[in-house]
Amino acid sequence: MTSVLYDAPGPGAKRRNIIYTVVFVVLIGLAAWWVLATMDEKNQLDADKWSPFVTDSRVWTTFLLPGLLETLKAAALSLVIALPLGAILGIGRLSDHAWISVPVGVVVEFFRSIPVLIMMVFAHQLFVLFSTIDSEVRPLYAVVTGLVLYNASVIAEIVRSGIQSLPTGQTDAAKAIGMRKGQMMLFVLLPQAVTAMLPALVSQLVVIVKDTALGGAILGFNELLFQVRTITANYGANTIAALTVVALIFILVNFALTSFASWLERRLREGKKSTGAMVDRNVIDAAGGMGAAL
Amino acid sequence: MFEFLTSGRYDLLGAFWVTVQLTLYSAVGSLVWGTLLAGMRVSPVPLMRGFGTAYVNVVRNTPLTIIIVGSLLGLYQTLGFELGAERSEDIGFRLAVLGLVAYTGTFVCEALRSGINTVPVGQAEAARALGLGFTQVLTLIILPQAFRSVVAPLANVLIALTKNTTVAAAIGVAEAAYLMKNMVENESDALFAVFGVVALGFVLLTLPTGLLLGWVSKRVAVKR
Repeated sequence: MTSVLYDAPGPGAKRRNIIYTVVFVVLIGLAAWWVLATMDEKNQLDADKWSPFVTDSRVWTTFLLPGLLETLKAAALSLVIALPLGAILGIGRLSDHAWISVPVGVVVEFFRSIPVLIMMVFAHQLFVLFSTIDSEVRPLYAVVTGLVLYNASVIAEIVRSGIQSLPTGQTDAAKAIGMRKGQMMLFVLLPQAVTAMLPALVSQLVVIVKDTALGGAILGFNELLFQVRTITANYGANTIAALTVVALIFILVNFALTSFASWLERRLREGKKSTGAMVDRNVIDAAGGMGAAL
Repeated sequence: MFEFLTSGRYDLLGAFWVTVQLTLYSAVGSLVWGTLLAGMRVSPVPLMRGFGTAYVNVVRNTPLTIIIVGSLLGLYQTLGFELGAERSEDIGFRLAVLGLVAYTGTFVCEALRSGINTVPVGQAEAARALGLGFTQVLTLIILPQAFRSVVAPLANVLIALTKNTTVAAAIGVAEAAYLMKNMVENESDALFAVFGVVALGFVLLTLPTGLLLGWVSKRVAVKR
């Protein structure tokens, strides 16, 4: 599509493009120079603020890797619990009985329309008041609870649109051979819907990983972002360096997941076994939703 | 159970007003920044395309919390970037808006780009045949049609943005989630009531947005 928007550049356009490029480089260069110069002024570029990440393996073994492990643990736990819960909610919402589908719909819409942070704060205080969970692991429990409540409702929508994206012939055929509703869901619709929603689910995992950082900033959950505090306390006020390294780790993990989702989507689309139905992992929420993909 | 509403100790409406302000300023900012990014990503200048792609891929995969905490620690405390604010609350607010714009702009850009792809190729070809340049093709022909087809996805971005403003609590902006955190700690006997009221506030903010923009998107969609 891109190349349709402009003609193949002639001599004039080529010259203009070079001028734009130069102006752009100068602007970016000025911004970068200002940032680096100010950082240097504030001694943030000093070698001893950055070198621990390369020379001292303890930064990694005591802080960064355990932090990353906590982040991944919270994300994995949330996904594992939210998946079956979301599947039940999603199927419940498709139920023929209004007394099931309406309450489930209300629950799903409610948890989708409130911020995940206030669920985490609520869960945290709930555990403080009504449980004997040790204060060491309480933030983990709170983060996972918040993420499960939110993501189960998002996954419910993914499951629902996954099932709805299947051709109607599948339902008709299942009914024609005399299957009951439960059998139809279990043996015909769900197995096919799973392939259609896999990429969307992997993308949702990115959202979960990103949201764990909230627990570190607000509830003191000792995940990756939280390590910025402990590192700066141990290695001399290298806030910028620590923050940069932590951000890079997050970006790498999420970029790998995003690429995996794209690859999966391409592969499943081209695969001959599937019906070709696919839950769009970017526009999943466009169907009827509440901005799930952010 | 609901004494905390009338006790006068908590400015609930004020906190939600801050949430609304954060949402509105960030929405306008990210619409502009997202459109610029989308323009860069389809432009004929390879360097701008590269910058747009790299920016979107990096920022979209960074947790919003890091961006907002980083804007406080990096931009303000290290680089001394105050955004013209004098009071410290204002600085936090403006930094949060900046972080939200930087983050949400990438989602606006991606929504717009998929909107550009829905515009039939013939539109751009006809525009070029008339002798319009890239900027003219984009701003006069393609973007107006693209915008009309992405109202629904943009509405979802706006709703997500409303919910994401709570992340500003991480740098102490006194919006709804920040107030809620204080409230649940002080009013532990009214935990469920506090959660219910704050949740209701967000439902009231997000639900009408979704319904209204859903209606708008049907009204303005280009019939093909």
